[in-house]
Order: sequence, then structure tokens, then C-alpha cells
Amino acid sequence: MNGLKCALRSRGLSRRPASLLAGPSCQSLHTTQSRRQEEPATTHFGFKTVGTTEKEPMVQSVFSNVASKYDIMNDAMSLYTHRLWKDDFVSSLDPGRKGPLNCLDVAGGTGDIALRILDHAREKYADRETKVTMVDLNPEMLQEGRTRFKKTMYHNTPQIDFHVANAQALPEDIFPSNSADLYTIAFGIRNCTSIPEVLESAYRVLKPGGVFACLEFSMPTNAIFRRVYDEYSFSIIPLLGTILASDRESYQYLVESIRKFPSQPDFAQMIRDAGFMTGEDKDGDGGAWRGLFGGIASIHTGVKV
Amino acid sequence: RRHRSAPAYPGHIPLNTLENAFLAVGSGIAALLNPRRGDMVAALGETTGHCALPGLLDQMLSSPEGRRVLKDRPRVNTHTISLDALRALPDNTFGKTYVNWLDRTGVTPDTRTPVHYIADPEQAYVMQRYRECHDFYHALFGFPVSVQYELALKAFEALHFGLPMAYFSALLGPLRVKGEQRLMLVRDYVPWAMRVAAECKPLISVYWEERWGQDMAEMKAELGVWDPPVQAKWGKRLTEADKEAVRAKAA
Repeated sequence: MNGLKCALRSRGLSRRPASLLAGPSCQSLHTTQSRRQEEPATTHFGFKTVGTTEKEPMVQSVFSNVASKYDIMNDAMSLYTHRLWKDDFVSSLDPGRKGPLNCLDVAGGTGDIALRILDHAREKYADRETKVTMVDLNPEMLQEGRTRFKKTMYHNTPQIDFHVANAQALPEDIFPSNSADLYTIAFGIRNCTSIPEVLESAYRVLKPGGVFACLEFSMPTNAIFRRVYDEYSFSIIPLLGTILASDRESYQYLVESIRKFPSQPDFAQMIRDAGFMTGEDKDGDGGAWRGLFGGIASIHTGVKV
Repeated sequence: RRHRSAPAYPGHIPLNTLENAFLAVGSGIAALLNPRRGDMVAALGETTGHCALPGLLDQMLSSPEGRRVLKDRPRVNTHTISLDALRALPDNTFGKTYVNWLDRTGVTPDTRTPVHYIADPEQAYVMQRYRECHDFYHALFGFPVSVQYELALKAFEALHFGLPMAYFSALLGPLRVKGEQRLMLVRDYVPWAMRVAAECKPLISVYWEERWGQDMAEMKAELGVWDPPVQAKWGKRLTEADKEAVRAKAA
């Protein structure tokens, strides 16, 4: 499992923009061949066990059901905190600092991240060349994104583009290898059937030096806080789904899927296994991830060598 | 991992006290803001119904007819009721009155939300039965489905069944009705509803499905109900096409 250890001493991945990484501490390198195992026949869908091929259509139907109320529900469930997390995510990536970027926002859905990237580049760096391609598996979610973008100045400009595609297998004709500067995936990766495939696809499309950034739910490290968070998740969130969206099932899936996602160190290892270089196995400065709000969400980053 | 009790019946979603309270408040607000949210009205009824349901269950248990209903647990939908058979009945029967009412209002018996949030399966059935029999009460009193008649019926249900949800609707509903209609409600229908509700036999125990062929006047006398003092005004009279259809069927 542990590949060759890098000889370079770490300079740590501080809170500097990920695009400035020059000599981050590195851990294992490509070990894809040794890790290529048999695909398991079953996977998890929340707490349920389902066949690997069944998960994708089930996730599709969850997101088709929630699409129209997605933003309202996010605001209600997180008490608007998700906006702070996404602001933090994008500003720490600082797009536009080193010139216009070609960004890929995967599982982009209703466009929260894509819009923030474009706004950040424009407002901070007067950058109107940065381009974001939004990708989502679910056409309804992407349609919500298109509608949202129609209300902005980016509509009908080359700065934003939309594609329905599977994050595990981004088609090579639309997404050529070594073409993206920044790959973001926010609150999307836990819904994918095979995380390693998503990471490999991300590795393929990124340029050398390109950054992989993932914002995702995680579990808090503090035991008491975790208990409170669990109570809130399993009691309140499905009821909010019932009240606001007449849909308990989808939100039950949501809270269960958060618990099935790999822990922060495990996920960081998976990112490395796909070939990325990350920070050390710890939270915060110089670490492979940064926890938000006590660990309810985490930002994982990696750089393609 | 979740030490939540297991579902007691299909469709049951167990809630603890906190969740019940949260859903009661949340569904109340949602139902107020958008009364068309049938699922929220239902949820409010269920989360607040636990005070009245044991009493209703007792009423059913204390009469032979009610006990038969509890044993058979009849459901009211188009699979369990043959509307065509009802249409063939003579005009003054309960069954014919009911199916005429359905045809005239365009309501279908299939729209009732299933019960989710009541812990005891028997009480859950009582709640389901109450919901599904609502249209029978409409037919019994000859009320159309417009707002002020729904409210008159809710007033009756509140006083007769004692369910908090019925009280909410009966008290808050009139706020949405204006002037002449509200006056009519308060002057004509509510006093009547109060008397009938207090004096009639427990309607929750009535096995309506055994009484399709019963004469309406006889049924009302037996149950101790009587018509409201003012005849209910129906929005649309039977159209010419309908009259023609009735004539054609009779021929």
C-alpha cells in the first residue's frame, strides 16, 4: 500500500491557494496496479445494500425528486451554513490568481460552485476568461443550474458550459486528457458508485500541476458533537424533507450516505492512490484535508504531479 | 444503530416525542401556508390525534357494529367499493345518494393519504377510517365540497370526534371565508352542527358498507342526525348533458 516515500521535505499545504503548490509534502505515488482488485458486486445506498449497477439509477431518482427544492432544502437543513462552506471552499482555491483557468465542476448540479468560481475570478482579479464546465449525471439538476445561470451575466458566454456526464467516466472527446486546471466536486462524490473511478477520471482530465478539490460531508471528530449531529441528522432532516419537500426517503438517504462515506484519512489515501499528491494525513495546515464546522464537512485537495 | 422502534404496520414511521412535536409544528405551519398540502394536513392530524383516538377506539369497541368494523377493517376506495353496483340501487338509498354525490362533485374515494405517524396499529386504523368516511358524512348531509360546507362539516367533526385537527380547521378556516358565507356559516350551520354532534350516535362505529341499501330517512332517524335548517346550495346544477344521460339511462 505504501509506495515510494518522497525524499523532499514538506513545505506543508498551508492555507495558501492550492494552485501555488510547488513542493508539498508527498506520500505514496501511483500504486494503481497493485490496488486493482475485483469490483465488489454490491455497494451501499445509504444504509441499504444494493447491487453495484442498481445504485446509479437510485441516486438518479433521488436527485430528480429533490432537484426543484434542492437549494431551499440545503438552506433549511444546514441553516444557511452550506453557503459559508462553499464560499470558504472557493476562496481558498482562489481561482484567477495565476491567470484564467479552465475549470471542471463535477456533480455541479444547481451551480453553487461554478457561479462562485466565476464571480471570484471576476471580482477579485477582473478575470473574464476563466471558464467553468459544469457536469452532472442528472439532467433535472443540470436544468436547475442552467436556469440559475440565466439570471447571471455568464449566460450565453463562453465562460459557462453544461454537460450531462458520468463522473466515473468522463468522455474523452468532450473532456480531453490533461486539459483542466481545476477540478471541483462539492457534495457529489459520496453519491457515486465507485469513488476510485471518479478519482481516476479526475486525474486523467487534469493537467500536470492541476488541482483536485473536493468538498464533502464527513463525520465530526469530537464524540459529543458527533452525537448531537447524529440526533439532528436522523431526527430533524428527514422531517424537514417531509415538511418542505414531501419527501422523507430522499433525505433519509442523504443522512445515511454521509455515514457510509470513508473517513478523512481513508479518503485522503484514496486520492493518493489515484496518483495525486496531497498534504500530510492530518487536518488543517499542511494536511490533506481541512475540516469545517467541527468536521461536519471537509475539503480534500490534491495535485496532479 | 438507531434505537428507534420498528414499524408497527406497513407505512408506519415511528417518531419519538421530540420528532412528533417538531412535525406537529412544522406540518401546522406548512398546512396554514398552503392548505392544498394534503400530506401536511394529514401529518398534523396524526401528530395531534393521540388525545382523541383512544376515546374513538373505545366508542367503536362498545357497539357490536363498531366491533365488526374493527374486526373487518374495511377500507374505502374504488377497489373495495363497486360504484356501478351502487348506481343500480334505488334513489332514496344511502348507496345511491353516495354515488350521486361522488358523480356530482367529481370526487373519487381514492384520494385519502395513508396513516404514517400513529404508533398503535388499531388507532392508526381508526384514523384511517375517520379519514376515509369523510365523504360519507358529506353524502349524509348533502354538502357539496365548497369551502363553507367543508367548514360546516369540520365543525361537526370537531365536536363529534374531538380530534384536534378538526378543531384547528374549524377555528382557523372561517378566517379564509368572507362576509356573507361566514355569516351563513356562523348563523345557520355551526349551531346546527353543535346540536347534531352532541346528540347523534357515534358515527365512527357505523359500518357504512353494510348500509348501502338502507333508506336515507330511516338511516338518519336511526343515527339521530337531521338535515341542516338551510338547504346546501350547490354550485352547478346538473347540466343538460347530465340530465340527458340520466334520462337515457332511465329509458
